[in-house]
Order: sequence, then structure tokens, then C-alpha cells
Amino acid sequence: MRPYIREKKNFTFDDVPENTSFEAGYLTTVNSGWRSIRPVINGDRCVGCEQCYLYCPDGVISINNGKAVIDYDFCKGCGICAKICKIGAIEMEAERK
Amino acid sequence: MANKTAESISRDEFFYGHKACAGCGGSLAVRAALKVLGPNAVSVLPAGCMSAVGFNFPQLCFSNNSIISTFAGTASMLTGVEAGLRARGYKDFTAVGFAGDGGTADIGIQALSGAIDRNDNIIYICYDNEAYMNTGIQKSGLTPFGAKTTTTPAGKNIHGNIRPKKNMFEIAAAHDIPYAATASIGNLPDFIKKVQKASQIQGTKYIHVIAPCPTGWGVAPDETVAIAKEVVESGLWYLAEYENGTFRLNYKPKEFSSVEAYLRKQGRFKHLTDEDIKIIEASRDKKWEYINKNFEL
Repeated sequence: MRPYIREKKNFTFDDVPENTSFEAGYLTTVNSGWRSIRPVINGDRCVGCEQCYLYCPDGVISINNGKAVIDYDFCKGCGICAKICKIGAIEMEAERK
Repeated sequence: MANKTAESISRDEFFYGHKACAGCGGSLAVRAALKVLGPNAVSVLPAGCMSAVGFNFPQLCFSNNSIISTFAGTASMLTGVEAGLRARGYKDFTAVGFAGDGGTADIGIQALSGAIDRNDNIIYICYDNEAYMNTGIQKSGLTPFGAKTTTTPAGKNIHGNIRPKKNMFEIAAAHDIPYAATASIGNLPDFIKKVQKASQIQGTKYIHVIAPCPTGWGVAPDETVAIAKEVVESGLWYLAEYENGTFRLNYKPKEFSSVEAYLRKQGRFKHLTDEDIKIIEASRDKKWEYINKNFEL
């Protein structure tokens, strides 16, 4: 379970909290627009060693059926995963427009 | 292929969708620590990068209970959180603070010292990126010798910061704290083990984790983890623990890697002369002489 992106809704005056607290894990915007390069996983090479999952600062990598999967909504394209991958299963590709 | 470290922590993400720079070391430290402590951790964050990137109303990136404290009051708010939850009958929770190097060694040191003195049952994690990065790279007490910041510019006569890094780990240990440790985000299994250990100990725990900042250090975003490994390999940072009155070294590089290579990679050290590098090497050797004499292996 991760904090997840909420359906866009317009706040009415009553929805705005009167005190300084608000629901935890409430996401409204994605970070994908920050990227100029994106990591791409080579499913044939990936052995699911989970190093990329551990070292991702944004926590966007999860392991599904023994292979790494990236949540591109929140990946910022820093490239740490490609560098940490010893078997070269992750490559950085230019972001297509 | 099982990864022991990954198996030992929660699969859930508690710090997600934050607005930290790409390749941020501090956010990796916060994410890893919260995955150890789980959903019942209550985190306290003072002014600094992690509160600035985590709480952009209504984008709230912590999925555990979190609160922003005053800059100087991380440890005092942790005291209050712990006492308040205990008074209301909660048993299964961890009060954890994440402060930067400025919020720990300069502005928050009095509150931290007081909390250790009272021996409150809290975990205090200092993510050390070696300057006030959130406000635009000003020198802090933990900025190392020679580093260029906006308040210690590199000129013809003065080459960046003229003072060495404050020894925050041993300052915390000097309080006779139940548990203190140093770590690096370049060695996550070690950091995760230390957070796990801290969560089992009663009393105040202090963990000092080095967390490179690509923006402030002048390295590429994908270099963060590699440079955090290299700072340990070159001997300019060390992995150690303090417990029951004794210091223990967790990792000793067989042979130090080149200090010059480590420094030359970073924009903040680009201006250093060969003599400056010799001074840094000499201070490293002096430090290790002390470590070899006083730390158990």
C-alpha cells in the first residue's frame, strides 16, 4: 500500500480543514513531468534482486512476480536504479514527447 | 532471489510522491527508516527539506502520522508526542524525528541535548547533507572543511569553509545516550539494521546518517548512492555504534580509496588546491588514529 493519487475534486469551503491537520498520504499531483529520461526494465535480464527497490529515493519500484515494476507517475528519472543494477537490467531512455 | 534486507522491512511505502529533487539522499533515508518502523511511527519534522517536500497542502506524502515542528524543537516535540501518546494509553508506537544537519547540530542541539538528558523514549535521526540545503546551501556546523557554500564562497584567499565538521555522533554519545550510531545511505542494509536495533532499545536513540544532496554537492542525481559509498571508503566518514559506554566500529575499509578522487567529483570541492587536499587527508588520518585507539572492532 502506498499513498495514492486522489480523484480530482474541487474543494468547497466546508472541505477546507479549520485546524492545521489533514488526511495522511493524500496525493493530488504526479511527479512524472520532472523527468527528461526514464528507466526501462529489461524483463528478460531482471532477476528480482530488489536492489533498485531498496535504493529508490522515491520508492516507485516494486517487485511483481519476481520482476521490478516502475510507477511512472512518481518516477523522477534520477537514474539511481540503473546505476545500482549490477546486471544491467535497467536502462535510461530519453523521455518521448 | 530473496533479498534479506528487503524481506526484513515493510513492503508499504510511507513517504511517497514527495517533491524532493531527483536523487535526493535525505528522502531515501526517511523512506528506509519509515519502512522499518511501520505505520505506527509518528514522525516529527522540523523546517528543512523533508518537511518542505513532504507537506505541500493538499499533497501530503507521509502515510503515517506526521507533524512539522519548530526548527529548534524537533526533540522537544518528540518528547511531547511520546508523553502524550503514552498518557492516552497507546503502547505500540514509535516517536521518530528526522532533522537535517542544521536542525540537529546548530539550531536543534539544545532540544536534542535536553531530550537525551531526560532519556525520553524517542528515535532521533539526523540526515546529514552537510549544509542548509533547503534554503539554498548555506554553511552549517556539519559542513566539512573546504566545502563551497553560499555563505562560505571559494575565493582567491579563502577556499570555502575554514572550519572542520562538528563531531555530532560523539557529542550525542558524550551524553551517555543508550544508543547512538552513524550510517550512510550508501549502505542501506547497515542503516536499516541500526534503525531496527534502535526501535528495540528503551530510551533516547540517535542515528546520524550521511545523505548526499546532488543539488548542493554538485554531483549528478544518479551519483547519490555511489558518493555515499565512496565517502565511507575514503575514510572521511565511518560507520560506528555507541552502546553501553563503548564505541564499536562496524566497517573498516581495507585500504582507503583516494580522497582526491572523492573530492574532485563534487562541484563544492572543485576549487581545492593540492595543499587543501593534504590538510583533509591529514585530518582523516588523525581521526582514524583516534578511532583505532578508542573504538572496538
